[in-house]
Amino acid sequence: MGYKGKFKVWRGDASGGDLNDFEVEVNEGEVVLDVIHRLQATQAPDMACRWNCKAGKCGSCSAEINGKPRLMCMTRMSTFEEGETVTVTPLRTFPVIKDLVTDVGFNYTKAREVKSFTPPADLKPGEYRMQQIDVERSQEFRKCIECYLCQNTCHAVRDHEENKENFAGPRYLMRVAELDMHPLDTADRKKAAQEEHGLGYCNITKCCTEVCPEHIRITDNALIPLKERVVDKKYDPLVWLGSKIRRRSSTDA
Amino acid sequence: MATDTIAPGPEAPAPLSPARAKIEQKTLRTDRWWLSPLLTLLVLVAFIFYATFRAFEDAYYYADGLISPFYSPCLSTKCVPDSSLGGFTPFGDWAKVSPALLILIFPLGFRMTCYYYRKAYYRAFWQSPPACAVAEPHGKYTGETRFPLILNNAHRYFFYVGLIFNVILTWDGILAFRNAQGEWGHMSLGTLVLLANATLLWLYSLSCHSCRHAIGGRLKHFSKHPLRYKSWTLVSKLNHKHMLFAWISLFGVALADAYVALVSHGTFSNPTFF
Repeated sequence: MGYKGKFKVWRGDASGGDLNDFEVEVNEGEVVLDVIHRLQATQAPDMACRWNCKAGKCGSCSAEINGKPRLMCMTRMSTFEEGETVTVTPLRTFPVIKDLVTDVGFNYTKAREVKSFTPPADLKPGEYRMQQIDVERSQEFRKCIECYLCQNTCHAVRDHEENKENFAGPRYLMRVAELDMHPLDTADRKKAAQEEHGLGYCNITKCCTEVCPEHIRITDNALIPLKERVVDKKYDPLVWLGSKIRRRSSTDA
Repeated sequence: MATDTIAPGPEAPAPLSPARAKIEQKTLRTDRWWLSPLLTLLVLVAFIFYATFRAFEDAYYYADGLISPFYSPCLSTKCVPDSSLGGFTPFGDWAKVSPALLILIFPLGFRMTCYYYRKAYYRAFWQSPPACAVAEPHGKYTGETRFPLILNNAHRYFFYVGLIFNVILTWDGILAFRNAQGEWGHMSLGTLVLLANATLLWLYSLSCHSCRHAIGGRLKHFSKHPLRYKSWTLVSKLNHKHMLFAWISLFGVALADAYVALVSHGTFSNPTFF
């Protein structure tokens, strides 16, 4: 059975904006994105919202719903009470373009700063051989749909604009971890993680993990292992000594 | 934007990008996001008060062959008779402070640098952030890039020392199979309490992220190290429950200490099974 749902949707652009009240029909089985589309169709044809797959796989419809960073297409209306007002706002961390659409270019910049996969120089295409157990750890990270909810939620940049320059954010630190765990990658990711991508800014409060729609355990499986690898490289004298005595680096293991 | 509503001061937030959506509220969350950090704060503060009191009390930590985990190993001649670890008292009689104060820095350091407790106290005490998508009150944030928080990278060393403590506390549990006359083959409720405490501490230590890294996480080629891969898989399963083990082992230590204190005080007589 349908009902008239109460909504507050942020409308505006970089020069200003505010929360607008709407009453919209809500039907059984719908998600927040359906309601936003109905708003566009019936009351606010110029309302901007980014979407694509409606299946939680493209990462386009990221927004903040009742203050929580979520995908609009994966937020069921049945999770709210009928009399509850649902507030929809754009991602706070990125510059707003219009209404619910933000400029996520920050993430593309950070993606480009991560050095690409670096196999051994003498290894030719077709010679890559590895076992499943060697790559399954990093396959979890490949589930990322680049919705940037983790980047948006991380307080290191959400509350501190000045850190954007020095901090890659959880999504790209996870990329660094993925490459560092790759059996054939030879680049020194550990030093770069700490000194170039700002791993030290992460205080492991796990908000990235909490908001990930793919349920990737970003903190436990990527960021903390990467921190431990950085400790091996930069802060652990015993590991350093061991690598000297055995004449091999930890990346050889 | 959120932090615009915070009053300016010495720690006034740096300006956010003017291009962000201008939303006045610190958060628009409607759930009880404050409950979890509040409970964490209350429980940790209660534990800190209790542990501090007991560590300075310097009494009621040994009775009927049971020693409190706050005082084990007891390493000075100040320890009550029979409570020291096989008579091993490297601090002699020059350490005038409570024997607990000589050792508690290690378990304290292990928990302070623990990846789970870091999340807990950053959220509950420092509000950095208090909860996800809730603006923090600080004007500047450098995370763990500099002193003193960069010292959290020493977690693995506290983990290694913590393992020694676990062995000692397990041995304390085994010693509790003796009766008051020192004869083996007896068991009391206190034996179970000390063994349960040691078990919880082992679970907490073995589920630690540094343990997971040392046991195999640091490797690139699991296929070259099948035993370490198997161990890493097991530790990873424990690691899923690290938060749970962190909490119940904390309660376990406090309860084991309280049990010994009650028995030592004479408030409760340690029931003997055989």
